[in-house]
Amino acid sequence: MSLKTKYLGFDLENPLVPSASPLSRDIDSAKQLEDAGAPALVMYSLFEEEIYHEDAELDHYLSHGSESFSESLSYFPDHHELISGPDEYLEQIRRLKENLDIPIIASLNGVSLGGWTEKAKLIEKAGADALELNVYYLPTEAKQSGTEVKNIYIDILKTVKENISIPVAMKIGYAFSALPSFSQRIEEAGANALVLFNRFYQPDINLEKLEVEPSLSLSDSDEIRLPLRWIAVLRKQLQLSLGATSGVHTAQDVLKLTMAGADVTFMTSVLLKHGPKHITKLKQELHQWMEEHEYESLDQMRGCMSMENVNDPGAFMRANYIKTLKEYQHNI
Amino acid sequence: MKRKQVTIDGNEAAAYVAHKTNEVCAIYPITPSSNMGEWADEWSALGIKNIWGTVPHVIEMQSEGGAAGAVHGALQTGALTSTFTASQGLLLMIPNMFKIAGELTSTVFHVSARTIATHALSIFGDHSDVMAVRSTGFALLAAGNVQEVMDMALIAQASTLKARIPFIHFFEGFRISHEVQKIEQLSEDDMRALINDDLIIEHRKRGLNPNNPVLRGTAQNPDVFFQAREIVNPFYEATPQIVQETMDEFAKIVGRKYKLFEYEGAKDAERVIVIMGSGADTVHETVDYLTGKGEKVGILKVHLYRPFSMKHFIDELPKTVNKIAVLDRTKEPGSTGEPLYLDVMNAFLELVGADKMPKIVGGRYGLSSKEFTPGMVKGVFDSLKKDKPLNHFTIGINDDVSKKSLEYDKDLSIHKENMFRGMFYGLGADGTVGANKNSIKIIGETTDFYAQGYFVYDSKKSGSMTVSHLRFGEDPIRSPYLINRANFVACHQFEFLETQDVFRHIEPKGTFLLNAPYSTEQIWDKLPLKIQEQIIEKELKVYVIDALKVAKQTGMGVRINTIMQTCFFAISGVLPKDEAIKSIKQYIKKTYGKKGEEIVAKNYKAVDESLANLHRLEIPSKATSEIMEHPVVPEAAPDFVKDVTAKIISGYGDDLPVSSFSVDGTWPTGTTQWEKRNIASEIPVWDPNICIQCNKCAFVCPHGVIRPKVYYNDLLTKAPDTFKSTKVKGREWEDGEVYTLQVAPEDCTGCGMCIEACPVKDKTDTKRKAINMEPQLPLRKSEKENWDFFLSLPEVKRDRIKHDNVKGSQLLQPLFEFSGACTGCGETPYVKLASQMFGDRMIIANATGCSSIYGGNLPTTPWTKNSDGRGPTWSNSLFEDNAEFGLGFRLTIDKHMENAKELLIILKQKIGSELVNEILNADQSNEKGIFEQRERIEKLNKTLSGFVSSEAKQLLSISDNLVKKSVWIMGGDGWAYDIGYGGLDHVFASGRNVNILVLDTEVYSNTGGQSSKSTPLGAVAKFAAAGKPTGKKDLGMMAMNYGNVYVAQIAMGASDVQTAKAFQEAESYNGPSMIIAYSHCIAHGINMQYGLDQQKAAVESGHWILYRYDPRRRDSDKNPLQIDSKAPSIPLADYIYKETRYKMLTKSMPERAKKLLHEAEEFVKQRWNKYQEMAKTSAQSQA
Repeated sequence: MSLKTKYLGFDLENPLVPSASPLSRDIDSAKQLEDAGAPALVMYSLFEEEIYHEDAELDHYLSHGSESFSESLSYFPDHHELISGPDEYLEQIRRLKENLDIPIIASLNGVSLGGWTEKAKLIEKAGADALELNVYYLPTEAKQSGTEVKNIYIDILKTVKENISIPVAMKIGYAFSALPSFSQRIEEAGANALVLFNRFYQPDINLEKLEVEPSLSLSDSDEIRLPLRWIAVLRKQLQLSLGATSGVHTAQDVLKLTMAGADVTFMTSVLLKHGPKHITKLKQELHQWMEEHEYESLDQMRGCMSMENVNDPGAFMRANYIKTLKEYQHNI
Repeated sequence: MKRKQVTIDGNEAAAYVAHKTNEVCAIYPITPSSNMGEWADEWSALGIKNIWGTVPHVIEMQSEGGAAGAVHGALQTGALTSTFTASQGLLLMIPNMFKIAGELTSTVFHVSARTIATHALSIFGDHSDVMAVRSTGFALLAAGNVQEVMDMALIAQASTLKARIPFIHFFEGFRISHEVQKIEQLSEDDMRALINDDLIIEHRKRGLNPNNPVLRGTAQNPDVFFQAREIVNPFYEATPQIVQETMDEFAKIVGRKYKLFEYEGAKDAERVIVIMGSGADTVHETVDYLTGKGEKVGILKVHLYRPFSMKHFIDELPKTVNKIAVLDRTKEPGSTGEPLYLDVMNAFLELVGADKMPKIVGGRYGLSSKEFTPGMVKGVFDSLKKDKPLNHFTIGINDDVSKKSLEYDKDLSIHKENMFRGMFYGLGADGTVGANKNSIKIIGETTDFYAQGYFVYDSKKSGSMTVSHLRFGEDPIRSPYLINRANFVACHQFEFLETQDVFRHIEPKGTFLLNAPYSTEQIWDKLPLKIQEQIIEKELKVYVIDALKVAKQTGMGVRINTIMQTCFFAISGVLPKDEAIKSIKQYIKKTYGKKGEEIVAKNYKAVDESLANLHRLEIPSKATSEIMEHPVVPEAAPDFVKDVTAKIISGYGDDLPVSSFSVDGTWPTGTTQWEKRNIASEIPVWDPNICIQCNKCAFVCPHGVIRPKVYYNDLLTKAPDTFKSTKVKGREWEDGEVYTLQVAPEDCTGCGMCIEACPVKDKTDTKRKAINMEPQLPLRKSEKENWDFFLSLPEVKRDRIKHDNVKGSQLLQPLFEFSGACTGCGETPYVKLASQMFGDRMIIANATGCSSIYGGNLPTTPWTKNSDGRGPTWSNSLFEDNAEFGLGFRLTIDKHMENAKELLIILKQKIGSELVNEILNADQSNEKGIFEQRERIEKLNKTLSGFVSSEAKQLLSISDNLVKKSVWIMGGDGWAYDIGYGGLDHVFASGRNVNILVLDTEVYSNTGGQSSKSTPLGAVAKFAAAGKPTGKKDLGMMAMNYGNVYVAQIAMGASDVQTAKAFQEAESYNGPSMIIAYSHCIAHGINMQYGLDQQKAAVESGHWILYRYDPRRRDSDKNPLQIDSKAPSIPLADYIYKETRYKMLTKSMPERAKKLLHEAEEFVKQRWNKYQEMAKTSAQSQA
């Protein structure tokens, strides 16, 4: 029985890939993931804005108040060698590569064109096997059209692809019109994989303080529905690898997404919750299910429930919504 | 051999040699020598080795006394050891210096010579410290410029090993220690060639070693001490020749020739000046100028001052000399002359004879870095021309009291015309100095030009102005004085045109670069009339740029340094423009390369945009401006402020004659109110409709600029139109009383802390609070009128208000206002609160440090008085003795009170027993009681003034001590935890009624962020570049151990209620009490506006536990310790990594940062458990 799959050109033992999370910040926990059976590892994200902000902030506060008063011309020792955000990240790529045998997929997160090319090159040079581009652009201006927004994604992807030779995955959010057409553009621009979907943290309001606060919550299995639908819709229309992310917790989730057409299923929340060993458990459960249902390999089922392969493709379209609603009304 | 050219300051030059030629450095920070220790520490932290291939150990001690002890110990066990210090620090080393010299121990102390505090403290340079250690037996070797500092540092090190006499190598603080010069760097080979390794082995062999046991440091008696002391004489006699031989050897290796005494000038000179230190360069330069005009003058520079070789001295002087002026940069009151003068006199008397010796006069110059210029040198030479030249003169001041000062030409300028002489006016915050230091490096290191930079800073820590003086040229620069004729002036802040005389030193046809927030078309009309007139009259070439606009466009924020630097290179012609731009970019890459490519990119962009936005201004033929000069201080200011303070503020303090000052260093209080600095671009504006009148904004205001008042509404009839008031909230107020919250627009620094403290939000627009920041300029005039009216309203009567809460305390008048502390200072809100609660009876001993600087640095000072004329009286003694100093206040008050009571009893019949009994039995535990006692004492004094008896006169002179006084001992953690701890501990043990306020910033803030024992585990500070490996000392716990000390640990941002209570309790406790106040600080690397949030996070993370330990609680069988904060509720990392002092370690040593974080978490946890346990035990066990 084989759980093997192919992603970004790599032959993977299984589709249970840990996605960007703090677990890759630490060599020990990364190693535990590998030992537990992770076939590849997506590193924590190098946040473009955060790095820029951190570098600028550090630069500002290291010199803030200096050269103003004769007794205190500076306030900090002059560290000649400060490791800026990217350096730290690149170092971690090197360390992961040194300590792990599985492919290491670096993750770049940001919104602007500037700086990406350079960082992508450095990431490649540092030894990353592939790069996941995680573009997070939230259009808030009424004047900006959808096409303009999509062009930002495409431009970044093209620029990065022109400058590096390792495979590139594009991870996007779900809030796009005409997702199939956009996905096709992503493929045409050179992406080797498309990852659906980025799970953005949504802000909350603190009623007492009258402040907007970030709200962090882990995913649950219900959230696989969104990637499941779109992977099923896109599977036959695209040649590139498809990765499913958001809400993958159980073997059933993995099976469903694979049947929809996913090449890999990414996990974060469940690993943070149960630890790296959960991968071993999932593998066992997959084996068990496949044995019980007499499947020989995941490849066998991959895409079997995609829109092209099901009896009622409409189930993935609007009819699905109506049906659900009807059943819901029937139940009350 | 061509050596590396480096552009460095004197401190770095000395530290470079010291670090390369020593094994151990024991140090303690003191301005202006701190940087030497910092360099040494940093190089060792980076693993840089000495010339013998090992990394020197650098250790920070608790005081200079401690450093000297450690140096002595290291020397006595055979390590090559050095230290760096100045001024009071050197004085604290004296006891050990006698020992080190008495034991003939080779060492070099590098001293950036600084004024010793007398009538006032001064951080600037002169020779008063090194002259105070003449009798220790140390050799004294002087350097006169940055190159000499490097050379003499090595010559001293090589000589001390040969001579066995310890050396002080000294050079003037600031003028040399901080002057940047292009010099030739000595190589390690040079050092190895000059220092004899065999002598090092001998030095080590002399060290104490159990394998070869000896005894050193015996106690000797009258029979032998004298003889044993005299045995060192041959060593002292041999030293001058040893130093000269070392200098000769140095010349062979390096090429630069030095002598113990160096003569320069006419071979047949008749008039000669004898001088040492940086002034020698000025005299040398002036001698060259005067001999060029045919004058027979010369200079004798002194390098080796002790041991003084009379023979070398006399031999060096031309025989033609018939008049000598000896210039001393020190003052020895009551002596027959200053030290160098006396040495010169004696040399002639002994070796030449009274009948043959020239006429010799002595004079003082340059105390506390007072300028010493060619005009002054010429003034001295001119005086020597007289038949009877004035002796014991001063030069550089107008002494209209003792009539000792010489006349001189203030405008004499002897510079070479081809030399670039530029002055740059900037703000500390705009990066002007940094950019100029960068420019000097560019010019110094990419051209054959000589380069010099010197920087003058403001006396305030917020909104401070800097003036950079830069010289570049083909010839060596021998001008250790400020530029008085500039061919280039840059003004980086437009508002300086109204407050500073920026054209005072610009020469005709000079170039003027102006940063102006206007378009080229608008600028001319925006210039003040005086500026326009001078531009036209002096035919200046004017270039303008809107640097702030370019900075904003290119993502540089408010830092205009790169932009103005580019403009300077573009128009000054010092370097070809393209070459200059290339170099700027290379330096940007070098400086910011490691900080991220985006930072480099935006700087590059700023360079390119600067060129595109720089324009030459067409100058009209007529001055047409309607913008006039403002008076420096308001008309209403007292005469002293107008006559003296205003001159200092406007930069003309040098012109004040001696008679302007008090004879004993006494100054009036309450002068900051007259210096309207207008440094805030935005100020808080009150919205009465939203305000809940909690007064939290006023409570946290570091500068005392936002104030509430409650008053009767009938007083509003004369209020300005825009003056705001609203119905007062609270049952304690009467009908008709109203409330106003007013801001002092011209005194506010715009820190924004008040906005952060405001707890209410507008319900329909949540970004608005009850106070909101708005641009100052449009509000300046109207709010100034409102402020003046507000001040005219009566203060709320003190006995109507509860003092121990936030709301009430803020209705008490602050008697500490508008200090020059950093914008958003974390210390001053506590200081201000104390002044509100106890100011009218407060006497303060203030340890040297930030609080003594913002509290007592001229020109204006913040401690003030109320309408009755009462207010805090304040003094700063030293750094190390503050607890003892304050205890002395208490002793006087207690003694005088006791004596007054005795006299009252003696005079009871005459005065009247009723009044006497009332006075003796007065309850002064509250404001009302104190007020009534004051009235009684007034009555008493009236009665006494009619008596003639000695007892009555005695009583009259001390009767005010019968009114309760509040003694406060204030200082920072450097004082309380380190240098002053011994005294502080003794004051705890004394049981006397003093109040100690420790403003704990967890670092030496005033001297620039050195680690103290208060610095927390894992925080980066100077001398703890790798993060402090040990935990913060628990000062409060140590004090609580006494059992009879009131101790409170507070953090205003975490609990203002607890803060107010702690102050009230501490003061009311009749015994020693100490408040340790968390003070966020610019040295933490935070946005000061959010300092209170950090205080809160410090408490929530468990780093800073709030507690009060009140021994009085034992009386009611309660545990004295009350923990006022909750168990840690946020991870320590959430608090610490918002601060650069911790964060930077994650960027420099990530693995170590993780380790230290873990240790710090454990430390915090254990401390919390310890306190919990202690708070739970019974009252008895806490006895």
